[in-house]
Amino acid sequence: MNNNIFYIAAALCLSAAACTKKLDRLPTNDITPDKAYSTSTGYKEGLAKVYAAFANTGNTGGTGNPDIPTQIINDEGNSDFLRLYFNLQELTTDEGAWTWQNDAGIQGLHEMSWSSINPIVDGLYYRSFFQIALCNEFIRQSADGVLDGKHFPSQSVDSIRHYRAEARFLRAYQYWVLMDLYGNPPFVTEKDAIASTIPKQISRADLFKYVESELKGAADSGLVAPHTNEYGRADQAAAWALLARLYLNAQVYTGTARYTDAITYCNKITVAGYSLHPNYSELFRADNNLNIDENIFTIAYDGTYIQNYGGTTYLIHGPANIPGTITGCNGSWTGLRLTQQSVQLFPDYSGNTDHRAQFWQTGQTLDMTDMYTATAGFSTFKYRNITKSGAPAPHADPAGNYSDIDFPLFRFGEIYLIYAESVLRGGTGGDAGTALKYVDSLRSRAYGGAAGVIPAGQLTTDFILDERGRELYYEACRRTDLIRYGKFTTGAYLWAWKGGVESGTAVADKYNLFPIPSTDLSSNPNLKQNPGY
Amino acid sequence: MQKRLLVRIPILLLLLCLSSALFAQKKTVTGKVTDAKDGSPLAGVSVQPKGDLKSGVVTGNDGSFTITVNDYVKTLVFSFIGFGTLERPVAAGDMNIALTGSSSGLNEIVVIGYGTVRKTDVTGAIATVGEKDFQKGSITTPEQLIAGKVAGVSVVSNGGQPGAGSTIRIRGGASLNASNSPLIVIDGVPLDNDAIAGAGNPLSFMNPNDIESFTVLKDASSAAIYGTRAANGVILVTTKKGRGGALKVNLNSTNSVGTLVKEVPVLSAAQFRSIVNTSGTAAQKAMMGGANTNWQDQVFQDAFGTNNNLSISGGLKKLPYRLSIGYQDQNGILKTDNLQRTSVGLAINPVLFDNHLRIDLNLKGSAQHTRFANQGAIGGAVTFDPTQAVYSKSSRYGGYFEWLDPTNPTGLTNLAGRNPLGLLEEHYNRSTPKRSIGNLQVDYKFHFLPELHANINAGYDVSDGKGTTFVPDSAAESYIAGGTGGQNNRYRTTKTNTLFEAYLSYSKDIASIHSHFDVLGGYSYNNYLTKVYNYASFYASGSKVPNSDPAFPFDKPEHTLLSWFGRANYSYADKYLLTATIRRDGSSRFGPSNKYGTFPSVAVAWRLKSESFLSGVDAVSNLKLRAGYGVTGQQDGIANYAYLSVYALSNSNASYQFGDSYYQGYRPGGYNPNVKWEQTATSNIGLDYGFLDNRISGSVDYYYKKTTNLLNSIPQPAGSNFSAYILANVGDMTNKGVEFSINFQPIRTNRVTWDLGFNITYNKNRITNLTVIPGDTSYPGFASGAIAGGIGGQFGLINAVGGPKNTFNLYQQVYDAKGQPIEGVFVDKNHDGIINQQDLFKTKPADPQTFMGFTTNVTVGRWNAGFVLRASLGNYSYNNIFSQTGTLNQILGNSVLYNGSTNYLVTHFKGGNAQQLLSDYYIQNASFLRMDNLSAGYNFGAISHTHTNLRFIAGVQNVFVITKYKGIDPEISAGTDVGPGNPGIDNNLYPRPRTYFLGLNLDF
Repeated sequence: MNNNIFYIAAALCLSAAACTKKLDRLPTNDITPDKAYSTSTGYKEGLAKVYAAFANTGNTGGTGNPDIPTQIINDEGNSDFLRLYFNLQELTTDEGAWTWQNDAGIQGLHEMSWSSINPIVDGLYYRSFFQIALCNEFIRQSADGVLDGKHFPSQSVDSIRHYRAEARFLRAYQYWVLMDLYGNPPFVTEKDAIASTIPKQISRADLFKYVESELKGAADSGLVAPHTNEYGRADQAAAWALLARLYLNAQVYTGTARYTDAITYCNKITVAGYSLHPNYSELFRADNNLNIDENIFTIAYDGTYIQNYGGTTYLIHGPANIPGTITGCNGSWTGLRLTQQSVQLFPDYSGNTDHRAQFWQTGQTLDMTDMYTATAGFSTFKYRNITKSGAPAPHADPAGNYSDIDFPLFRFGEIYLIYAESVLRGGTGGDAGTALKYVDSLRSRAYGGAAGVIPAGQLTTDFILDERGRELYYEACRRTDLIRYGKFTTGAYLWAWKGGVESGTAVADKYNLFPIPSTDLSSNPNLKQNPGY
Repeated sequence: MQKRLLVRIPILLLLLCLSSALFAQKKTVTGKVTDAKDGSPLAGVSVQPKGDLKSGVVTGNDGSFTITVNDYVKTLVFSFIGFGTLERPVAAGDMNIALTGSSSGLNEIVVIGYGTVRKTDVTGAIATVGEKDFQKGSITTPEQLIAGKVAGVSVVSNGGQPGAGSTIRIRGGASLNASNSPLIVIDGVPLDNDAIAGAGNPLSFMNPNDIESFTVLKDASSAAIYGTRAANGVILVTTKKGRGGALKVNLNSTNSVGTLVKEVPVLSAAQFRSIVNTSGTAAQKAMMGGANTNWQDQVFQDAFGTNNNLSISGGLKKLPYRLSIGYQDQNGILKTDNLQRTSVGLAINPVLFDNHLRIDLNLKGSAQHTRFANQGAIGGAVTFDPTQAVYSKSSRYGGYFEWLDPTNPTGLTNLAGRNPLGLLEEHYNRSTPKRSIGNLQVDYKFHFLPELHANINAGYDVSDGKGTTFVPDSAAESYIAGGTGGQNNRYRTTKTNTLFEAYLSYSKDIASIHSHFDVLGGYSYNNYLTKVYNYASFYASGSKVPNSDPAFPFDKPEHTLLSWFGRANYSYADKYLLTATIRRDGSSRFGPSNKYGTFPSVAVAWRLKSESFLSGVDAVSNLKLRAGYGVTGQQDGIANYAYLSVYALSNSNASYQFGDSYYQGYRPGGYNPNVKWEQTATSNIGLDYGFLDNRISGSVDYYYKKTTNLLNSIPQPAGSNFSAYILANVGDMTNKGVEFSINFQPIRTNRVTWDLGFNITYNKNRITNLTVIPGDTSYPGFASGAIAGGIGGQFGLINAVGGPKNTFNLYQQVYDAKGQPIEGVFVDKNHDGIINQQDLFKTKPADPQTFMGFTTNVTVGRWNAGFVLRASLGNYSYNNIFSQTGTLNQILGNSVLYNGSTNYLVTHFKGGNAQQLLSDYYIQNASFLRMDNLSAGYNFGAISHTHTNLRFIAGVQNVFVITKYKGIDPEISAGTDVGPGNPGIDNNLYPRPRTYFLGLNLDF
């Protein structure tokens, strides 16, 4: 009988021991990094997320599985890169106001009175760092030492090395965004281990050097030649375009002008065989992925495969009161309008002469008499989710929510303007005649003929700023441009409701930078707030 | 291993039993137990041979019992919750026993974790509520049976939806971000606290009629035997068992009608018209219709409900059984809400081999047919334009009036509210959740050593929740141009939770040293496996929404707990009691260095009544001092794999384009390799008392709980992890409080009894640390309590060091000389000339500090009446309806017209000032006194022939609420969502109905 007790006890002990193994549970579908990167397809899927990090809001189309926690942005539809970036680059300027002041973070943007607690200011910061963290991880996982252990065919290894260079480019792009908007962000690279590093802060000037060297490094070793990559992926021209933009603004970032370098990289792109797409309005259509003549680097969107409520979906629905039949969607969110100052950059804003003036005027007033009234100020249908032929977007979702339009982060038209401005600002390696020719070619396209051509004497830096306003409005450049011209916070240029008053007023210089989010200041003891906040 | 063991152990036991088969001589005793008060039969009384409390029978519905005992048994012990214990010598012929009800039956048996103890031997803070004390009436969800009944336990229903769950808090909850819900154990099977798909709450599957008692383990010394899951207390649910004897049938039926108590006060059509005509644009005036529609009248209804139960119990030979069948059909007061539940329960409890082998088999199952109303209609009805008719003359959009915009392909105005009645009637969210819980418990008393027991418990909890949301393509809710929209989407989740436990217990009396020992040691294996199905989306037509296929067809999250536990009880001379427990838990949810945790407890008690100086004092019937300390854990609310770095593949509609192909992307998830359990250390000092033959009894407890390693979702330094927020163990919090309960029987005669019960709890919660570096004053705390209608991401509450959790953090409103709030003007707290985040101030708490319950019952002859009152003091609520809809901007500031709160007539606020939403003007005192239940019953006694007993009961639930709160219901601390909800923020609560019920109960 005692033996029986012994058996029971022994059985109990055995079962207990056998079960301890059951404490190692693994998820069903989510996999560990070494599994994810066990195949070359896995690397491509890793790379897909590195890119998707600035296109999508999360891992599920529409909403439902956000990348950015709801503590930072409550409404996932607002948490993608472009919508956040657009809001900070455009709503703070003469080009935009948003009707719904109760929407998170809107209040204070156009008034230029934002604080260090603002979901849009926080949102872009954390979105940029999300993509940076993905890039760091991808670069770590694709390091030569790691790849050596995988025994992939050499062709696959070569491809992965290109992917790695693209991750370096994307990281540099996001650090450029952070440098441009926040000045002195924290700094992490692939050398910093996840979940155990407290990043150090980097100065704007040092970050400039880092971005510059990373772009050159990626361009020189890894990125493929212009026009030789798959659509959607970065090539050398993308890095050159960002370098051109970086040098154009170097005075702002570092105190030292680098216009000659800007011209150098514009020239490299020109030589690489880009040209202006013949029709301006076709640049922002559902099938603009076909514009390989002008597109240098785009964020891809798709009504079926790349669905979210930011991106160009925001840019077709957002503009106020434009019928869905025109924008190619199920209707307007009645939000975005432009100030009259921005519209009046076009001497004839009807669109009859300069076809870039694509303003919706029906029911709208020219003057933005109120920041938060949907009919105050024109809106624009620059982005239309229909094809060049006017057909429905090829991958449109039946509900009419999502856009197929790709967003040009860099297009060749801007390169002409960078070139011209750099020449006018004293850069060498270019000449005034070419600058004028470039500007005239943009304007000829806009006017549909020579009517847009200007006399040489008219080409000044101020003209370039206005021309950028006409050519690149709603392309998320405006805040950076106004700062470069000293017109963002000062009284040198006033627009409706700048500083919160209808006639516009200057605001404190601190607004040339956004504040480091207070959330990060309280979780990272290495950080110091930007001056004035 | 597991499975083979499960088979092997019962075989071993069986062999043991057979080897020493039936030797002893037997005799059979029969009798009947009645209530001394009125002679009514008492069902469910436990009848046991003295000295062998592990065996015995219970009385049937007519109070009769039949028990077969060994010849040497001289005395039988009769005990019943609420009636105490009586010992009577075994007599020949029928024994007629009259038990006297006492509100604190001292000798009753109390279920504790892994076993039972006599109530006199309890050393921890334990409360038991038996059937006699349950709330009466039309109860759809079991935890409501004990609302207001137990000091320290607050049960707040999550709204008025049929089957909606409740938020249960024992002593305030020990967590901030992780779960604050207690562990619920049904007949030894611990439940998984997550709801199943398509079912309201984890307990809603249970038929309240099958429940015999609740035992609440409040302090750590009693709960620590449940280790990592016990920090928020434990509720043990015991279901009714077979009683042996002749066939007994009980039939009861309760029918009820629920009515809407109060509508959200909004502008009438006339008031609305006058405002639009005064302040609106010509276009807005033209938008108005000619109707006078009260949209809340349109969406709410009187809700009928019927609840019918049949139970059969008795004994087949020596096999006591109980079989119950229940059917409930409950409408919601929101139109289209309906819950139908069929439940079956079977309990078989044979005692074999001369009382050496006791088998308890419990099987419970339920199947529901539920239609969930679209609760968006509640808010829609508050704000929809009252001048519009319900129906349009057009056949489009189901014939309902909708806001139209011909420039849109759909014909509908974007971002406009949709017709509330259309939202209900054209939305079919139907589910058919099924669930079964069962266990087989075998307790073997060794023949050669009867003091030694082996107990094996194998249990399961399986459920299958599936349903479909169908919206016809004509419905405005998901209209697509061309009328091919709508939706027809499936969802499904199954759960397969398994339990295996085994323990050995040994008890010994050593008379020579006046000592009694009880020791127990065991092992427990719990596995929780869920399977979540992912489906593509479909249109109403059944065609698939393009590219909506999920990345994976299903997910199977799983976690496992492995535990060893032990307990030792020692009592000396029935005066001094000591209990010590220990549990070591291993959890799959943590990384290698944090997998295991040890949770000890110790408690002592001193029965003063047994001391010589009190034993002769008749006025004092009970006096016992208790003190205990223990450590418990908390691991609910933590993801299963939070410590692991894993990659998740995106859905194909969140792909990225390379060339002409679209690639799904691998996203690395944020993770914290160091995550571990929260830990709560609790000290408890208590006094149990009883005076005047226990006509006055109760207890007082003081407790102090300190939670460390609070699980908190904290921001990570940007760039340092894949997610900006990570769950980490940061922070400490304390709860201290006093509980007092008293039961008083002012009248106790044969004809009339009057019982009063009162309990009060005071709980003070304080956050003492929230940062990695303790005392970091730069961290303001984290916000909660999302406010609707404002800029998203606006929160009304803060959890900050130095204050209680859920403290309102708002701007201080400035008022004019007449006491009117001035819009947008707030106190500049830091005198810097601007109103910004730095001017928010911490004001009232959302959680109550004091709550009370009061119960009374009067029996006069065959009549019986009683009521339950519940009160909560010191809690405040934010009236989000006032703040969101009480402005001119609400009415006129959108693309279409919306109705507003009548609060606009008070404030005349223009609206549009985002700061105004954060005004403390909207904080209102939500202390309340609520009568939960008022009922009266009549017992006809035996009718027509002797064996049939008929009783009637009629009453009202949610009788009245006395409060200063201006919204529809002050009790919103539970929030309106599943899960932790949104404490303290009142916005579109599903109104709790006032329910009138009539029930009849038939025994034969």
